[in-house]
Amino acid sequence: MIDILQLLVYGLVLGSVLTMGAIGVSMIFGILRFAHFAHGDFMTLGAYLGLAFISAFGLSAWWALPAAMVGMAVVAVFIDQVLYRRIRRTQPVILLIASFGMALILRSLVQLIWGSDNQTYTSGIQFPWQLDWLGGLRLKPDHLWIMLISLGLVASVHLFLTRTRLGKAMRAMSDNMDLALISGIPAERVIVVTWVIGGALAAAAGVFLGIDTRLHPMMGWTTLLPVFAAAILGGIGRPYGAIAGGMIIGVSMEMSTLLIPAAYKPAVAFAIMVGMLILRPQGIFKGTV
Amino acid sequence: MSSLLAAKGLYGGYGSADILQGTNLRVETDEIVVIVGPNGAGKSTAMKAVFGLLRIRAGEVRYRGETITNAKPEQMVRRGIAYVPQEKNVFPSLTVRENLEMGAYLMKGDLSKRLDKVYTLFPKLAERRRQQAGLMSGGERQMVAMGRALMIDPQLLMLDEPTAGLSPLLIDETFERIKEINAQGIGVLMVEQNAKQALSIASRGYVLATGSNRHEDTGPNLLANPEVAEMFLGG
Repeated sequence: MIDILQLLVYGLVLGSVLTMGAIGVSMIFGILRFAHFAHGDFMTLGAYLGLAFISAFGLSAWWALPAAMVGMAVVAVFIDQVLYRRIRRTQPVILLIASFGMALILRSLVQLIWGSDNQTYTSGIQFPWQLDWLGGLRLKPDHLWIMLISLGLVASVHLFLTRTRLGKAMRAMSDNMDLALISGIPAERVIVVTWVIGGALAAAAGVFLGIDTRLHPMMGWTTLLPVFAAAILGGIGRPYGAIAGGMIIGVSMEMSTLLIPAAYKPAVAFAIMVGMLILRPQGIFKGTV
Repeated sequence: MSSLLAAKGLYGGYGSADILQGTNLRVETDEIVVIVGPNGAGKSTAMKAVFGLLRIRAGEVRYRGETITNAKPEQMVRRGIAYVPQEKNVFPSLTVRENLEMGAYLMKGDLSKRLDKVYTLFPKLAERRRQQAGLMSGGERQMVAMGRALMIDPQLLMLDEPTAGLSPLLIDETFERIKEINAQGIGVLMVEQNAKQALSIASRGYVLATGSNRHEDTGPNLLANPEVAEMFLGG
């Protein structure tokens, strides 16, 4: 029993990371109609930006987080303006391939600047709390923070989408692009905001991953599959679905280690994604595809 | 004084082939102008062209004397022209109120007066303001769509088949609402399949065929015209 509870905690931590990525993937798909393949490498770059802030200013990883989020938001908007914007009116597949190219560029850039060895934010082992009132559950402070900050970010995104004019316009554009145009909603401004949020959340995912494990140029790319699985599971183009999708995929991946070797965790995400595409391709919540 | 809207000799379409073959349209302030015609006559195409949703290759569109040919939809909205497409004319996952807010996206200041105006015209929308538009019936969605367009306090309201797919009762109600809107001093240009009913409330009507004007007259005269009756109104 305690094993299951322990794995649930690990699953929610992984789920938090995946959710941060999947919200961005889902929003970008909703507004721009393409699967953003560079999103994993956005996470990687975000994690390394965090590392840069830590070593440059002696910040702790938690203080480097907002800095990395701001930095990655700027990078995302920049990439959109110099690359994606120019091919906005072409077919989605061209954008998809372009984003694949961008993924390779970003990964190489990270390798060039920071090298291809494993790195960590802080050295040493963090001792978990032993929660006797929860049957001896072990909870690392880092894990608690990852979950709490994710919750806060999800709540912020929710408030933005439901309370602000731009957030509502973003949902409107995702719902019906033509009608948004007819209503006079400024598409380019909404697109910029989409990249700000997508980039910032990708950085959060990267920093969380870096705090939980280690930094590596492939860290984001290997997380992209479960992120896509989460976005598809929730119904692509539906940021709220991405939250449910992220948590389900994260928990399933960790729980699977009870039955099969841990090396198959990505396969579990892949199996859920394939199963979902066969049984209910529109996602749990009806997506916009 | 110049017309509210005057389109002269429009040529244009989706690809290389022009669907519009020299279409002329005119709407005066306070008029209800109806475009009727067989399927494929270019009625909806003419509306889209006027609103800047597809490229006009030749001809010109003037609004209150000012040239607005091929202006962007955003500029049309800023000038006070609102357009309701035939299909997919609401934001399904947004609530009724959010749909209306999106209609007024470009408007500055407090929205409550504009919302009250729309709620007065469509009391049902006030009741359902928190409901998701996508879950509403066809008739209610049409109200949301018109309400969204009215949020800018338009001078000219363009409606593409506002009664398509509605029951006879709702069709009557929709035409009543359109008359009320027009009575507030808003010019209406609409495409309609229910030609008889539409022409009976129209100040003037156009009969379009293969992208060009076939007839133009007052509503009653068009209804009385035997040629029009035979061609488009089903006898």
